[in-house]
Amino acid sequence: METNHHNQSWMKKYVFSTDHKTIGLQYMFTALSMLLIGFIFVMIMRWQIAFPYAPIPVLGRWLPARLAPNGVMTGAFYNSLGAMHGTIMVFFGIVPLAVGAFGNYIVPLQIGAPDMAFPRLNMLSYWLYLTASILLLSSFFLPGGAAQSGWTSYPPLADFNPGQTAWIVAMLFVITSSLLGAINFLTTIINMRAPGMTLWRMPVFVWSEFVASVLLLLAFPPMEAGGVLQLMDRVLHTSFFLPKEVMIFGVLYKGSGGGQPLLWQHLFWFLAHPEVYILVLPPIGIVAEIIANNTRRPLHGYKIIVSSMLFIGALSFVVWAHHMFLSGMSPILANFFLVTTMIISVPSVALLTCLIYSLHGGSIRFNTPMLYALAFLPMFGIGGLTGLPLGLTPTDIYLHDTYYVIGHFHYIVVTGSIMAMFGGLYYWFPKFFGRKMNDTLGQIHFWGSLICMNGIFFPMFITGMAGESRRLWVPTAQLHDLPVQHWNVVSSVSAWALFLFQLPFIYNFFHSLFHGEKTVENPWHATTLEWTCPSPPPHGNFTKPVRVYRGPYEYSLPGAHRDWIAQDIESEAAA
Amino acid sequence: MSSEAAVMDVPHVGASTGVTNAKLGIWLFLASEVMLFSTLFTTYIVLRLGSSSWPRGWNVLNVPLGTVNTLVLITSSVTVVMAYAKAIERKRGQFRLFMSLTIALGVLFLILKGFEWGQHFHNGEFPSTSIFLAAYFTMTGLHALHVIGGLITNSILLWLSETQWDHPLFIGRVEAAGLYWHFVDIVWIFLFPALYLL
Repeated sequence: METNHHNQSWMKKYVFSTDHKTIGLQYMFTALSMLLIGFIFVMIMRWQIAFPYAPIPVLGRWLPARLAPNGVMTGAFYNSLGAMHGTIMVFFGIVPLAVGAFGNYIVPLQIGAPDMAFPRLNMLSYWLYLTASILLLSSFFLPGGAAQSGWTSYPPLADFNPGQTAWIVAMLFVITSSLLGAINFLTTIINMRAPGMTLWRMPVFVWSEFVASVLLLLAFPPMEAGGVLQLMDRVLHTSFFLPKEVMIFGVLYKGSGGGQPLLWQHLFWFLAHPEVYILVLPPIGIVAEIIANNTRRPLHGYKIIVSSMLFIGALSFVVWAHHMFLSGMSPILANFFLVTTMIISVPSVALLTCLIYSLHGGSIRFNTPMLYALAFLPMFGIGGLTGLPLGLTPTDIYLHDTYYVIGHFHYIVVTGSIMAMFGGLYYWFPKFFGRKMNDTLGQIHFWGSLICMNGIFFPMFITGMAGESRRLWVPTAQLHDLPVQHWNVVSSVSAWALFLFQLPFIYNFFHSLFHGEKTVENPWHATTLEWTCPSPPPHGNFTKPVRVYRGPYEYSLPGAHRDWIAQDIESEAAA
Repeated sequence: MSSEAAVMDVPHVGASTGVTNAKLGIWLFLASEVMLFSTLFTTYIVLRLGSSSWPRGWNVLNVPLGTVNTLVLITSSVTVVMAYAKAIERKRGQFRLFMSLTIALGVLFLILKGFEWGQHFHNGEFPSTSIFLAAYFTMTGLHALHVIGGLITNSILLWLSETQWDHPLFIGRVEAAGLYWHFVDIVWIFLFPALYLL
C-alpha cells in the first residue's frame, strides 16, 4: 500500500479521494445541499396550502407556464414537489448526512482505525449517491416532469405517472450506494477496531451506525427488488402490481393482469420502516456523545442504550405493516403488527429515559451542541408519543393519511434527527476543520429553528385531527377543513421563518470554515478517540499507534486529576 | 512515510476476528443478495398463490435446456473451487486453466439462456404476455446479470494472475470471487425447480 499521500494532485486529494474524511465531507456538503433543496420545494408547496390558488409571489414569475400558469402552481407540479420533497429528505438528505457524512468521518476515528475497510468502495458509494442526486433533480426537466406518486410510489398510479422511471433508476443508484456503504461500515466496525477497543468500549455513536448499517444491508434489497419489478411494469409492461384492467387518467389499460398493488406496499414498507430507525438511531448516537461530554458524567445505562438499539434493530423488521392498516390487509395480520409496534416502543422509551437520566447529577455546560441535544429529548418524545395512536388500529382508522401523520413523523425526523445532526455539526466542526463555529450565531440559529419547527409541525396535529388529508393540493377542497385553515397559514409562515433562521447557520458555517477561532485537538475535553488526533486529522488519522484502555465515557472519575480520561490513557496518574 | 505524521496502512485482517476484510465484506454482500433474491421468491409465491391459474413450468419452459444449464453451473462451481485450491498450492498454470474453464462454463450458461429466451421471443412470449412469464424473465434476467458480474470478476482475476500472483491478498480475492460464484450457482439451483419443475 502507498504510504505517502502528501504529493497527491489536488483532484486526487479533494475530488477522487479515498480518504474517509474527505468522502465524509463530500457527503456532508452534498447532503446539506439536498436538504436545502428539499426544504425549498416544501416552502413552495406551503404557499399553495396556506393560500390556495393565489399566485406564488416572486418565484411564480420565474416558473415556466407548464408548472405554474400565471404563477399558480398546477396540481401535477404540487404532486411532483411533494414526491421529491419526501424522497430527497429521506433518501438523499438525512440518511447520507447521518450515515454517509457523520458515520464516514467519525466511525473510523472513534474506533481508532486509519481509514474505512474498503476505501475505494467508499469513494464509489459517494459517486453513486451524487449521480443519483443529480438524476433525481434533473427529472424535473423530463417531459411530464418529476415523479408525482409521493415518496411511497404506490402503484397502480406509480406504474403510469410520468417521471417515475427516473425516480426508480435514481433510487436503484442510491440503494446500491447505501448497500456498499453498509458493507463498508460493518466490516470496518467488526474488523478494524484498535487493540483494546472491545465491543463494550465502543462509543454509542459507533453502535448506532452499526445497527443502522445492518438495517441498510438487509432492508434495502427487498425495496431494490420492488424497484426492479416496478421498472419492469413501466418499461416492459409487465403486471406485477396491476390487476387485469385498470382505468387510469380516463384510459382503460389492459395488461396480462395477475399482479397485486398491495405487494408493492409490503416491499416498500419492509424497507421504509427500518429506514425510520436508520434516520433516528445515528442522531440518537450523536445526542448521546454530546450529552456525555457536556454533562461531564458517564452516560446513564450505556449497556441499556446499546441493547435497546440492537433490540430496535431486530424488531424493526417485523413492524412494517402498521403503515398499511387501512390498505385492506387482514385484521388478523393487523393485530400482529399492532402488538410488535407497541413492543418496539419499549426500547425507544428506554433509550430516551437513559438519555434524560444522564442529565441527573451532571454539571451541564450549555454550549451550542448541548442545546441541540437537550432540545432533541422532548421533541423526539413528542414525535414518539404521537406515534402511538397511529400504531393502534382503532385510532389509526381515523388518523390515517391525515396531517396528523405528517406532524408525527416530522417531529421525529426534523425536530429529532435534524436537530441532533445540527448539534453534531457544531460539536464536530472543530474536528472537521480545526476551527470553531460562532456561538452567538449558533444560539440564534438554535432558538429560531426550535420555535419555528414547532410552529410548523404542531398545527399539523390540529389540522390532521380536523380531518385534513395529507396529499390534497387544495386543502380547503374538503369543506369541513375550512375552520382549521388558519392553522395552515401559521404552519406555512413558520416554514418560511425557519428558512430565515437557517441563514445565520449558513453564514456561520462558511465564515467559520475560513475565519473561525482556531482550536486545539480536544476543545470539548472529550474522552473518545476522535479527539486524540489532530484537528483536522491527517491522512491515516493517528500520529502514533492507538491502544484503548478504558470505556468511552470516563468523566468525573473520583480521585482523578481532571474530570475526563481519554480512552487511550493507560493509568489515571498520567491523566 | 512523511516527516510529521506516521501514516498507518489499512490492516487487512481483523485483530479480534482473524478474518480478512475481503472475506467479511463478501459475506455481508451475500447476505444482502440473499435478501434480494428471497424477496423475488416471496413475490413469486405471493403472485402464484393469488393467481387463479398458474401454468405448470414444464408446459411453458424448455426443461431439457434448463437441466443442461443446471449441470453447466454446478460444474463451474467445481472448477472455481479447483482454481482456488490451485491458487493456494501456488500452481499458476493450473489456476489459469480452471479459472478459464469456470469462465467458459459461465459463458456457455449465458449462451444457452439466450437461446432459450430467443425461443420464447420467437413464439411471441414476452414479459408482458402473462404474470408467469413476467416472473420468469425478471428472475432469470436478474440472475443472468449476476452471472455477468461473476464473469467480469473472474476474468479480472485471471488477468491479474499474470502480474499480481504473489500479491499477499491475491488468494483472498480468489476466495471471495469463488464465494460469489457459488452464490450465483445456488440461486439458480432454487430458480430451476421453482420456475421449471413446480
